[in-house]
Amino acid sequence: MSIASSTATTAETAEAGRGFWRRFLWNRRYTFVTIASLVVLMLAWEFFGRRMDPIFASYPTDIAKTFKAEVQDGTLQTALFDSLKPLALGYLIAALGGIPLGLVLGRYRIVEAAFGVYITAGYAMPMVAFIPLLILWFGLGFSVKVAVVVVMTVFPIVISTWAGVNSVPKSLVEVGKSFMASEAAVMRKIILPSTVPHIMTGLRLGIGRAVIGIVIAEFFTSIGGLGGLIINAGQQFDTSALFVPVVVLMALGVGLTRGVGWLESRVAPWYAGVSGGRDPE
Amino acid sequence: MTTSTLDSEPMTTPADGGRRPRVVIDEVSKRFTITERKSTSTVQALDRVSLEVEDGEIVALTGLSGCGKTTLLRIIMGLEKASSGTVTVGDKVVTGCGYDRGLVFQHAELFPWRTALQNVEFGLEVKGVPADERRRIATEKLELVGLGNAMDRRPDQLSGGMKQRVGLARALSIEPEVLLMDEPFGALDAQTREGLQMEVLRIHRETGKTIVFVTHDLDEAVLLADRVVLMAPNPGRVDTIFDIPIKGPREDFFAIRGLDEFAHTRYAIWSRLMAGVHGDAPREEER
Repeated sequence: MSIASSTATTAETAEAGRGFWRRFLWNRRYTFVTIASLVVLMLAWEFFGRRMDPIFASYPTDIAKTFKAEVQDGTLQTALFDSLKPLALGYLIAALGGIPLGLVLGRYRIVEAAFGVYITAGYAMPMVAFIPLLILWFGLGFSVKVAVVVVMTVFPIVISTWAGVNSVPKSLVEVGKSFMASEAAVMRKIILPSTVPHIMTGLRLGIGRAVIGIVIAEFFTSIGGLGGLIINAGQQFDTSALFVPVVVLMALGVGLTRGVGWLESRVAPWYAGVSGGRDPE
Repeated sequence: MTTSTLDSEPMTTPADGGRRPRVVIDEVSKRFTITERKSTSTVQALDRVSLEVEDGEIVALTGLSGCGKTTLLRIIMGLEKASSGTVTVGDKVVTGCGYDRGLVFQHAELFPWRTALQNVEFGLEVKGVPADERRRIATEKLELVGLGNAMDRRPDQLSGGMKQRVGLARALSIEPEVLLMDEPFGALDAQTREGLQMEVLRIHRETGKTIVFVTHDLDEAVLLADRVVLMAPNPGRVDTIFDIPIKGPREDFFAIRGLDEFAHTRYAIWSRLMAGVHGDAPREEER
């Protein structure tokens, strides 16, 4: 506020400036709640972490120190990149395959009858059980990581899209029919846009599962990546080094999920005006 | 294809020069099979309904819940198939939807991701009208329904009455010969409703379209229609057809409501409707 009033030349602009800052802060009040929550957690962790055996626990400043060291010798960047590449590719494949599959499953009863059961089974089944098989098929390199990410991610994307199609109001499809829209036009101009919010939910759920997928894949294959760093640190009882990739993974998960949320607000800006679940401001 | 311009004059000379009705409903029946628990039952929603609608005429379908008025409208539109009987619009037997008919839905049913203008463009898009032409027609139709200043708003930024106006503009965009409306103003408040009713009369005067609409509101039926078709439930059928004796311009509701003919006709329909209520008890079912 002091900056605003010192740069302002007249009383009016000072007043306007103050109003600006007040509004600026007020508009971000929920962000401050998030930050405050994080600060409290960090302080508590620091306080209790310092009182514990460093083999069993670490604390924020210690982790920060290790983080800095790993960034300086480049191991963290290399690991992050090793994880991100298969993560991105696997996620992309899952999205590009899962969305059309979900649309078709939701739209056509015959397809649902033929393949729906596999999707439901695949979603309910712990995919970890397939990893040894995937290793047999894809070996221990890059491709097995991609494969694990795909099988982990594709099911929530398909299921959300599928459910989204089922929740398209019948009356909207009838609008299409009343103008003699072809099946392709109904799909593209009514079903797809109407399902976008559900697709976005699927993509968001998929992010979390993709991050889990990549770590599990790296645990099993124990080659490189953030998962590899965790395994190595664990075997050396280096708890603070173990936490570094964990924190990076959490930040990655949050960041990517936010990214999808941002994408949603760009792709389906109308949805915020329609949904009423969130408490009114 | 005469889609580009708004017909300012009603079509007065049909092709054969005769007085062939625009819509002919011939012995239309509709049965629904309803499965509840283990038993299946058949509901006769419509039983051999016949009706003719003249070119340029406004006909209201009214009656108690479950009398099949909405079903009949959906059959005319081609959204529902008749179990038996035929509907002919112009010289074509209805087998599905077509650009000769436009439907205004009960709850507007706009696409929430499209602006008002884009919603009106939808039908034209599907029909294959080029983009600039589409824009021009949609703009014109929105101006026709008095929404020239809200074209870029999305449905969540429109009031109920405005949404219904967009729905009306969308139905008109493809220049249908017959405008069908399914309780179009039922969910609106009284003042908004009257505004839209006048709008419909004005549009009717300017375009000469044949209009068939469903309503629960007897005032609305008498104010707008040339004929009111009172239907009765169990099975759904035409009970009585009332000719509305009010001639001449209809847009001055203030004057019309004060007419004896208005009160008498409304009373006649109402008493016939109430006879149905107290006569055979209607089933509580809404289709």
